[in-house]
Amino acid sequence: MSLDYLLDAAHWSGPDGFPHQILEHLRYTGLALLIAMVIALPLGVLIGHTGRGAGLAINLGNAGRALPTLGVLMLILAVTGVGLKPVIGALVVLAIPPLLTATYAGVSSVDRGVVDAARGVGLREPQIALGVEVPLALPVILGGVRSATLQVISTATIAAYVAQDGLGRYLFDGLAVRDYPRIVAGAVVLAVLAVVVDALLALLQRVVVSPGVRPRAGSRRRTALPQPER
Amino acid sequence: MTLWHQVLDYLSVNGEDVRSAVLQHLYLALVPVVVAFVLSLPLGWAVVSYGWVRHPLLTLTSVVYTIPSLALLLLLPGLLGTSILDPFNVLVALTVYSLALLVRSTADGLAAIDASVVQAATAMGYRPLRRWFAVDLPLSLPVVLAGLRVAVVSNVSMVSIAALVGIGGLGQLFTRGFQLGFYMPPILIGLVLSVAIALVLDALVVIAQRFVTPWARVAAR
Repeated sequence: MSLDYLLDAAHWSGPDGFPHQILEHLRYTGLALLIAMVIALPLGVLIGHTGRGAGLAINLGNAGRALPTLGVLMLILAVTGVGLKPVIGALVVLAIPPLLTATYAGVSSVDRGVVDAARGVGLREPQIALGVEVPLALPVILGGVRSATLQVISTATIAAYVAQDGLGRYLFDGLAVRDYPRIVAGAVVLAVLAVVVDALLALLQRVVVSPGVRPRAGSRRRTALPQPER
Repeated sequence: MTLWHQVLDYLSVNGEDVRSAVLQHLYLALVPVVVAFVLSLPLGWAVVSYGWVRHPLLTLTSVVYTIPSLALLLLLPGLLGTSILDPFNVLVALTVYSLALLVRSTADGLAAIDASVVQAATAMGYRPLRRWFAVDLPLSLPVVLAGLRVAVVSNVSMVSIAALVGIGGLGQLFTRGFQLGFYMPPILIGLVLSVAIALVLDALVVIAQRFVTPWARVAAR
């Protein structure tokens, strides 16, 4: 496996260089995620808080997993025509299910006793949702953000098959001219980008989650009974 | 001609292609799940039995799981020495993803077993290996099969990516539609069939679960 293309300094600058394409890739990903979060997070909190539409949130999550990303992308582009907006739209469609399901699951699984207590001390419903349920559900919600982010980074690559820039360029251009080192370079940069972004989100998950909510180290469910000898 | 007629027309002309795409799709999606399921049993056991295995193994699998499928699919030929067009790459890539999911669910399932049941089985004279297959494994199945459902469904949707590299399956219908200038019928047929296959296989796992965990039905009554 040749890393020549990846390690060639000429490919690390200019409009065709990795830094530019990585930024392009992150731009689509970030934009699509932002739009998806604006739609899915409030809806998920609402469904989780009221319990209405829970079936929708669960089924949408399952359906989202069954949808082939390539097919959804092609279908949307077939309807709307090729362009930046339709591609972003397809990414948004694919990012909503994991976000919505995780937000709903996190909020609805908050201890009812805690919610009742909040109501008892006189908090209004929006205050309960935003001040009590969301902070407690934050680890689960951010888990949804992480999986949606991976989904979008991965699918933004596929979008390069159709039009856009981004890291998919190296893969498809490399495939077209049978330039395996270029493919390897694109795939390595893409894989590293995904792993790094996920690690950063994991870090964010640690920083923003209130210490009281964080599962304590070593508190993993273990049975109290001694294990039989093996 | 309405879209519906176009779809029927496409199917009558390309029915044979669609049928073989479905079969290849099933093959590419299911073989990895079966292989990963078999491999996840000893690995899940190791995670539960030897504490030190847990952290490195689960970290490794979750890092691998973050790698976008297209990147892994294109890196594997270099690592395995196969041709880019070899379906074996797809089988390996999907096995790796399924394994990442299943090791975790197998470990969780085994860790959640009531220790007193295991002790009772040991006290009744079960040898460790036999006890594991007769008691531990069946009791962990609800959690393991929940992971299997996720693996099956996401594999079926992920196989389509292989078409971007030129390997078969229903994804070919998407690339065909693209090459024909975003011609709707093949895209629609591929999308519907792919989702249908995922839902049917998911339902089959649920039905299988009812058969292999009969005590769950009794308890629910």
